[in-house]
Amino acid sequence: MNEMSHNRWLHRFAVLTALATLGLICIGGLVTSHEAGMSVPDWPNSYGYNMFLFPPSKWIGGILYEHTHRLLASTVGLLIVALTRWLGGRESRRTMAIVGALEMVAGIVVMAGVISFIPQADQKATGGFLMGIGGIILLAGLVWFRNERSANPLPQLGWLALALVQVQGLLGGLRVVLFKNQIGIFHAALAQLFFVLLCAIALMTGKWWLKPERRAPARPEGANQTKVKWASGVLIRRLFIATTALIFLQLILGATMRHQHAGLSIRDFPLAYGKLWPATDPASIAHYNEHRVEITDYNPITAFQVQLQMVHRLVALLILLAVAFCAWKSWRKFSWRNPMTKVAAFWLGLILCQVVLGAATVLSGKAADIATAHVLVGALSLATGAILSIIAFHSPMAARQAAALSRAETQPSEGGALAARPT
Amino acid sequence: MKSSFALLAAIGVAGLTQLALAADITGTVTLNGTPPPEREITPLNNDPICGKLHSQKVTTEFFVVGPNKGLADCIVMLKGVPAKSADASTPPAVMDQKGCTYVPQILAIQTGQKLIVKNSDPSTIPMHNVHINPTADANKEAYATKISQPQMAGGADLDYTFSAPENFMKFNCDVHPWMFAWVTVVDNPYFAVTDKEGKFTIKNVPAGKYKIECLHRKAAPTGVEKDVDVSGGNANVDFTLEVK
Repeated sequence: MNEMSHNRWLHRFAVLTALATLGLICIGGLVTSHEAGMSVPDWPNSYGYNMFLFPPSKWIGGILYEHTHRLLASTVGLLIVALTRWLGGRESRRTMAIVGALEMVAGIVVMAGVISFIPQADQKATGGFLMGIGGIILLAGLVWFRNERSANPLPQLGWLALALVQVQGLLGGLRVVLFKNQIGIFHAALAQLFFVLLCAIALMTGKWWLKPERRAPARPEGANQTKVKWASGVLIRRLFIATTALIFLQLILGATMRHQHAGLSIRDFPLAYGKLWPATDPASIAHYNEHRVEITDYNPITAFQVQLQMVHRLVALLILLAVAFCAWKSWRKFSWRNPMTKVAAFWLGLILCQVVLGAATVLSGKAADIATAHVLVGALSLATGAILSIIAFHSPMAARQAAALSRAETQPSEGGALAARPT
Repeated sequence: MKSSFALLAAIGVAGLTQLALAADITGTVTLNGTPPPEREITPLNNDPICGKLHSQKVTTEFFVVGPNKGLADCIVMLKGVPAKSADASTPPAVMDQKGCTYVPQILAIQTGQKLIVKNSDPSTIPMHNVHINPTADANKEAYATKISQPQMAGGADLDYTFSAPENFMKFNCDVHPWMFAWVTVVDNPYFAVTDKEGKFTIKNVPAGKYKIECLHRKAAPTGVEKDVDVSGGNANVDFTLEVK
């Protein structure tokens, strides 16, 4: 990758968009924690009003969470359009204008009733919504700023973010109009991946990323040493990737649990109904349901839900061990001063916090604010692991590029992310 | 003319005979064991608008047990009776939304019987939304586009009529997540809901032998059955449910 000049405002905007997405995940978490997913039963309108004109006097109870979630989602959508345009530079104007125009046409077609986009939703409102989105994208394409295109793969990531944010909006709407809790699970999982994508964009627009020599490891003195060092780097990279994947699996388990709408299937911690592994025979399940007194009447507990929570607890333990191992390995191979070691230590801190929040969620009877904080820290944990993995994978490539670019240089490098600990 | 008069007389005698042979089934449902303590509905009590509509703290009512262990809110119904839906003369059942709660919380209606849902809450609560959760396919299909309906303060009543029987169909409000009611739809007219002392009466049961079932949302969600014989007149059937 060629070194590009650092656009500090682009980076700041990418960070802002990532933070807004984190806020959106937080409010989405509150929606589920407060069982407010269906509090606004229509989409894209809100009780028949245009979403942006729904009177604040009606933002009561669960409607407050669901409606603000929709509004913030629209805001994030706008930010993504702007980010995509900025990343793509002037070369992206034409494509954005075409995409925007096509979406507007699709909106008109739906509005006119020529095709039924989502049969259960109001066609006129859905068509209007599509036209609105298309119009904004078209407008972005017509914006005259002749800014430089960012280095690959940023423009491509921008387009991916633009596609994903629209898919997310659609999933959220479908979950409401089709009354399908299962769609809520996809919506939650995709939100996490979307956040990771935005964090990656923020990372790649940063000053640190755009200067390869900062990340190049100590220049090896001979081929054998190179092989050994990269071998060490390979292990670390695999550890980071595998642990991050495990965290994503855990997030899916958590989303599945939350979208059962059955509340807490196990109400004690660290034991489960007083045992290391709870009984899940029909008589025991009937007993749990009989003695269950909930303020929000969730669906009855099933054996599957009890087992799901137990698996979630076990995977949490695995993740804790895996992240602790990653942090230790990072410290052993590099040094405390190394930024990757510091991020790995931060990662471990997040996981420890997550374990405490998980326990607190159970012991508090799934208090909405604690359960939502658990979702938020989960998102941060996934993003941190993903960022570490990206840095770990990127550094060898940058090192090879740095070596190729400055083959004539004789000064030793300053050392970088994968510089080994001095012996 | 004479034959028409005779026919009418015969029908009248048959009807009177039927009425004379009909009997009532009474009984009491009691609860043994100690139920789990009820919980205060803190989101309701702490709500700045809904909380002010109650003079006392509102708690859950999973087990409403009288002084003599009588258990309220049990559905008692006859089984094995030929299915019969309500006709136009059957008065509608009424459920109301007051103080951000459904009143009553437990209700039983007949298939084909109209259920009117009112919103009697003041305008300080701009709306409720009545969300039904049918499990029977026919009920799901009938209300596929009306699963969740907003009901503004002072707005029109909502009407429901269910064609398939099902036990404890949940009604909830997505605006106020603590609001719930459970409606049992019975496919015959012989059912009752126990009162605060656990007592019930099922009237005008035709002579014969039947199965009678008692359901309680927590203590007996799948029901407890007994035999009852009303061939010789009124019958008494008591149920004892247990919390283990």
